[in-house]
Amino acid sequence: MAEDQVIVGLEVHCQLDTKSKLFCGCSTDYRSDGPNTHVCPVCLGLPGAMPVLNKRSIEYAMKVAKALNCTVLNESEFSRKNYFYPDLDKAYQITQYDKPLAEGGYLEIESDEGGERRIQLTRIHVEEDPGRLVHMGNAERGKYSLVDYNRAGIPLIEIVSEPDMRSPKEARKFLNKLRATLEYLNVFDSDKEGSLRVDANISIKGNERVEVKNITSYKGVEKALTYEVTRQKNQIRRGQRIERETRHFIESTGITQSSRSKEQEHDYRYFPEPDLRPLHVLSWVEGIVLPELPDARRERFVLQYGCSLNHARTLTGELKLANFFEGVVAADPKGLSTLAATWIADTLIGELNFRSMNLDKVDAAGFTGLIGILKMDTITDKMCVEILRDFLDRAKKGLHYETPAEIMDRLKIRKVVLLSGTASSTSSVYANLVVGDPITDVIREQPQAVEDYYKGKKGAFNFLIGQVMKKTRGCADPGELNRLLTEALKKREA
Amino acid sequence: MESQKLTFEPDDRYNAFLTICKKAPYSNGKLSGIAVAVKDNISTKGIETTCASKILKGYIPPYDAHAVELLRKAGAAIVGKTNMDEFGMGTTTENSAFGPTLNPCDTGRVPGGSSGGSAAAVASNMVQMALGTDTGGSIRCPAAFCGIVGLKPTYGRVSRYGLIAYANSLEQIGPMGRTVNDVSALMQVIAGKDRHDSTTYDRPYTHTPVADVKELKIGIPEEYFGEGVDPKVAGVVKTAIGRLEELGATTVPCSIPSMKFALAAYYVTCTCEASSNLARFDGVRYGPAADTKKSWHEAYKEVRRAGFGTEVRRRIMLGTFALSSGYYGKYYAKAQVARENVKADFKRLFSEVDLIAGPTMPTIAFRLKEKSDPLSMYLSDILTVPANLAGIPAISVPCGKSDGMPVGLQIMGRPFEDECVIDAAFAYEQAVN
Repeated sequence: MAEDQVIVGLEVHCQLDTKSKLFCGCSTDYRSDGPNTHVCPVCLGLPGAMPVLNKRSIEYAMKVAKALNCTVLNESEFSRKNYFYPDLDKAYQITQYDKPLAEGGYLEIESDEGGERRIQLTRIHVEEDPGRLVHMGNAERGKYSLVDYNRAGIPLIEIVSEPDMRSPKEARKFLNKLRATLEYLNVFDSDKEGSLRVDANISIKGNERVEVKNITSYKGVEKALTYEVTRQKNQIRRGQRIERETRHFIESTGITQSSRSKEQEHDYRYFPEPDLRPLHVLSWVEGIVLPELPDARRERFVLQYGCSLNHARTLTGELKLANFFEGVVAADPKGLSTLAATWIADTLIGELNFRSMNLDKVDAAGFTGLIGILKMDTITDKMCVEILRDFLDRAKKGLHYETPAEIMDRLKIRKVVLLSGTASSTSSVYANLVVGDPITDVIREQPQAVEDYYKGKKGAFNFLIGQVMKKTRGCADPGELNRLLTEALKKREA
Repeated sequence: MESQKLTFEPDDRYNAFLTICKKAPYSNGKLSGIAVAVKDNISTKGIETTCASKILKGYIPPYDAHAVELLRKAGAAIVGKTNMDEFGMGTTTENSAFGPTLNPCDTGRVPGGSSGGSAAAVASNMVQMALGTDTGGSIRCPAAFCGIVGLKPTYGRVSRYGLIAYANSLEQIGPMGRTVNDVSALMQVIAGKDRHDSTTYDRPYTHTPVADVKELKIGIPEEYFGEGVDPKVAGVVKTAIGRLEELGATTVPCSIPSMKFALAAYYVTCTCEASSNLARFDGVRYGPAADTKKSWHEAYKEVRRAGFGTEVRRRIMLGTFALSSGYYGKYYAKAQVARENVKADFKRLFSEVDLIAGPTMPTIAFRLKEKSDPLSMYLSDILTVPANLAGIPAISVPCGKSDGMPVGLQIMGRPFEDECVIDAAFAYEQAVN
């Protein structure tokens, strides 16, 4: 282990995607509604109200525990975590403390050096989300804050890892893998705003650790930790001691900030929640049937579709992506899978990210059609990208739907069939657009270059290719052009 | 269901009520038109509920406690909310932010607490029955001091949903009335499982009292007649137990060795739970509002300092301390061990006897301001807290007088044998009347 080895452990809070809250019947589908509309005496913490455990959320949490190879405890219990904060209606959070739902377990991620690395887990427990503060102005100087209790009581699981990650990048991979697993289990919706929150512990080997709170995005984890690595290493280089402290990640600026005051260091005074009975759910574990999980699906993609390991990893890294891929290739798995894997993993994801667009907006049938056209060899890769971009732009803008074929027609995209002595092999309906005979034209117009070619001058051939491309406005298939030009030059020489 | 109104305009000279509903609606049912008073820590939809605390002044619950809902369904008229020690913290009803309740038997004395208002309302005939709550004796103590009947049901037999929690693991809502029959009738209405309270059991109460103690074996613990118990009170209770023997019960002396830890276990547990339960009163959602011009923690401090009385603040401080990191093991965890010992003692005893009997309180009702020292007030709970620690049913039934003041006979039974406890109390009551 290197001297400046980075050590990272994560505490990940995920909202479980149940219909109702953890301790009352209020709906969890609050995001599009006004503040304090999904509340009742229980989640408002009104005097006298009592929590009643939502069994479904425990089932969900146990699915996660089983999928992550954790040991479900024979008896677990809820405890009160006492602290004052305006978003916390009861002034305590019902959570689990010394008897969590499950302990141990692990998650495998792709290590920075390649291959799988096992990240050990400490525990998984269930707790309720507090409400939400809306600051008028900002938190420091704002005049006042408003409280919205719609979120109060949403079920959360907290997954705590051992300090097993060695880089910010690994932490990001851990999170991505965790998200994929939770999505495959159908217990979590990562698209919902605020559905994931991360606290990270990070240290440089041999130094005190720092806790970074308030990370709310997947990218944020890597950003915050990268910032911390630099900050901590610089501090050590300057001979300063790393203080054990809690820091807050500021998403907008990408930096972490010390939480300064001791006043924020709580003594949570945990004790068992007297209004709930201890939980005995070990016997449920057996009955939980897990769906195919990311690792298994990745292996299957390699075997069944002949995907490369990297493509399989990317495609199965998100449930929607994996389902999308299988949807696209369903009609003709043998014929389409390699092309589809490449185009989804290498191109589509990038184009979506560039547009900050969700995969849900992509019409799978349309995409399948595009891959089909590409497969028939009637367009070039470059044209395919052009059609795809137009296709995505239209979807994003919500314009009237056009199939890739219609887009091709509208944009007048056609692979130019080069008629140079030998007929083109292409027989598609799209292959009937012929723009003269650019190869013959170029050979006639550029005698000097042709001479140079025969003399074996390097560069002459590429020049001639360039000239043909120019005439076809870049619409010729480079491979075919290469072959046809060589043939034509040979024929002329003979 | 047609709703009628009961006119309720009592002469409340004992300050039993905090809120009086002059036109109390009622409907048809088992308790149709019967005036029932409800302790002010039990939520009543549309009726101010303060726990006798300034911090909840003006709080009108948007929902009924489960027990209140059942009362309304049974046709009862909720005629008012009764005075109490603030949040149930006290044995005299002097710790009310709205002035003490006086004992109808002697207005120079306290009615006991914390359900002193409910007891006084029943004892003075303003209502036929009332709901109280009992965390460490808060139903039985005022029942004994005011000369009425009060039952602390088995823990989990009556829903606590809507009861503004003081110490969740100890307290129960229970019936108070002038007769065992009234207490039993009220119990029939309020007992049973409630899906809003996970600690309730599916054990409804459908019993009608039977005056029969033949073949019953009653344990008489020496601790209930030992140091600190007024010999005159002990004498009255012994005579009462003699009546039970005459009625066919056999008595055996017994001992509850864990009693010496009971009071400490009780006060650690209830203050810990209270410190957490009462943390929500911050002026944000209900009660007197916080000053929004101040930072939130300053505003909280101000609201809580002004809103809570001395005894409440004392118990919050004690509980906060006992749960603090480094002290949890010394106090809370230890108290739970002691509590298990108390439970084990009762379990052992109840394998040999059917009931346990003794005085409800070690003395007759205190004079007003007599218990100004908190510790001496805490000590007076010694005979009632064991039943709360063990979760067992316990009743106080009037059994005579000492110095002109009522004395209560306490009868405790096995968990979920509230019926047996009621029958014994009924047998005694029938025999002496």
